[in-house]
Amino acid sequence: MSKITIPLGPQHPALKEPENFMLVLEGEQISGATVNLGYNHRGMEKAAEERTYIQDLYLIERVCGICSHSHTTCYITNVEELAKAETPKRALAIRALFGELERVHSHLLWLGVAGYEMGFETLFMYTWRDREQVLDCLELLSGNRVHYSINTLGGVRRDITAEQKAEVLKRIQYLKERTNYYIKLATEEPTVLARTQNVGKLPLDVAIERGAVGPTARASGLARDVRKDEPYLIYNELDFKVITHDSCDVFGRLVVRALELVESYKMIEQILNNLPEGPIAVKVPMRIAPGEAVNHYEAPRGEDIHYLKSNGTDKPERLKVRAPTLANLQSVAYMLEGGWLADVPLVIAAIDPCMSCTDRAAVWDPKKGKTQVYGWEELRKMSIEQYRRRGVDFTRL
Amino acid sequence: MKKPARVFSEVIKHLFKKPATCAYPFEPARIMPHFRGRIAFEQDKCIGCQMCVRVCPSKAIEIVLSKDQPPAPAPVEGQPAAPAKKLFDCIMKLDHCVFCAQCVETCPKKALIMTQDFELAHVDRKELRRHYGK
Repeated sequence: MSKITIPLGPQHPALKEPENFMLVLEGEQISGATVNLGYNHRGMEKAAEERTYIQDLYLIERVCGICSHSHTTCYITNVEELAKAETPKRALAIRALFGELERVHSHLLWLGVAGYEMGFETLFMYTWRDREQVLDCLELLSGNRVHYSINTLGGVRRDITAEQKAEVLKRIQYLKERTNYYIKLATEEPTVLARTQNVGKLPLDVAIERGAVGPTARASGLARDVRKDEPYLIYNELDFKVITHDSCDVFGRLVVRALELVESYKMIEQILNNLPEGPIAVKVPMRIAPGEAVNHYEAPRGEDIHYLKSNGTDKPERLKVRAPTLANLQSVAYMLEGGWLADVPLVIAAIDPCMSCTDRAAVWDPKKGKTQVYGWEELRKMSIEQYRRRGVDFTRL
Repeated sequence: MKKPARVFSEVIKHLFKKPATCAYPFEPARIMPHFRGRIAFEQDKCIGCQMCVRVCPSKAIEIVLSKDQPPAPAPVEGQPAAPAKKLFDCIMKLDHCVFCAQCVETCPKKALIMTQDFELAHVDRKELRRHYGK
């Protein structure tokens, strides 16, 4: 059979975000897929260099609309590490609480999107209605539904009162009941099983080789979770399980996310019931001591990495963000191969892609005025050259 | 274990429930207390220190000297003449503002206040540039 190459995207390949997938088709079966990035580059990292540390908080928050707290927490951990600020325990607990509330809201959103992609719109409507509960919790605690802005240099901005605690616990109780129903629905409903089982296979060895992160990796049986592997905030004091599933398909990813919701509810209750007493923030100077810091954070979609370099002024010299979707996109190309065209949106949506997080690697030369993509050899040559100028020789490596 | 039509009983139950949405423009929207809305300004408290301008992530605030300045207080005998208290105006660009309320936290004199006002859409762009002050 002759092969045809068709483009999927950049208009709305799965979610409402621009990204291009070139699919090589044999009939209706996919024999090859490539992912093309670069439609959503916004120059966030460069913009961060022009703003002060406190202004960057609100910029970094807007890297992504769903995991806004993940990005700021990762960034602020770097800043506090460089400033050697001792963040109060209560602030760390509140950050962890927001992290878990965010995970709940992200996973419920994904569950709805997955339902939508498999043509099960009732599930979509129900989960998104229930997601309002957790968004209301976030609005109650922080003052906004999406960009919570709870972090500030040295702590958090708002404290949690007893009434707020009671209100959040009430809503979490409702969500718990609903989630148990969705777990039953997702694992027993034949529509869901027919659409998700044996679709988008990613075996364990391929997941390791391609560096999958987050629920995508955990659904391939790889127990990789930053919260357990290298606990940050107060995760070492919380009692939770790392959920894994060994079916290696979209169904596994669905189950992992649904069960992670239950773990998150457990953690939210633990944090709220054992909130440490004390101040919620310490003062951090405007100028941050020179140095470099790298931190990682388990965002709802996987491991998020931030690198920060300070030169002693009130503005960072360099900020680098590695969003989880970039790590998972390598696996998408593998998952699509051998599958059917009709399953493509579902497989892409299964990694919970966030393109606006990911797109930050277009190289634009202002002198020549053109965009260029560098290959591995060129990048290697350039980095060796850069290190040689600093006095380190990597030629023989 | 496959159980078809699992969702059916739930769908029937939902027929007799109240809708989850609210008919917003026709009835008031439900806003949580302490929601971060439009920033308001109290002119007599402002000392013109420009701290809010410096922390604003989106360059939405300008603090300028007011057109009409109050006269200097009448000199009291035996004391050096006191300078007049300067008055400042605040220009708030609502199309730039990201409603983070960092300025409210930074203001040393609490001259900026967060309100719960969120209905700020306008057809005229000039309306988005609010001039607070006399």
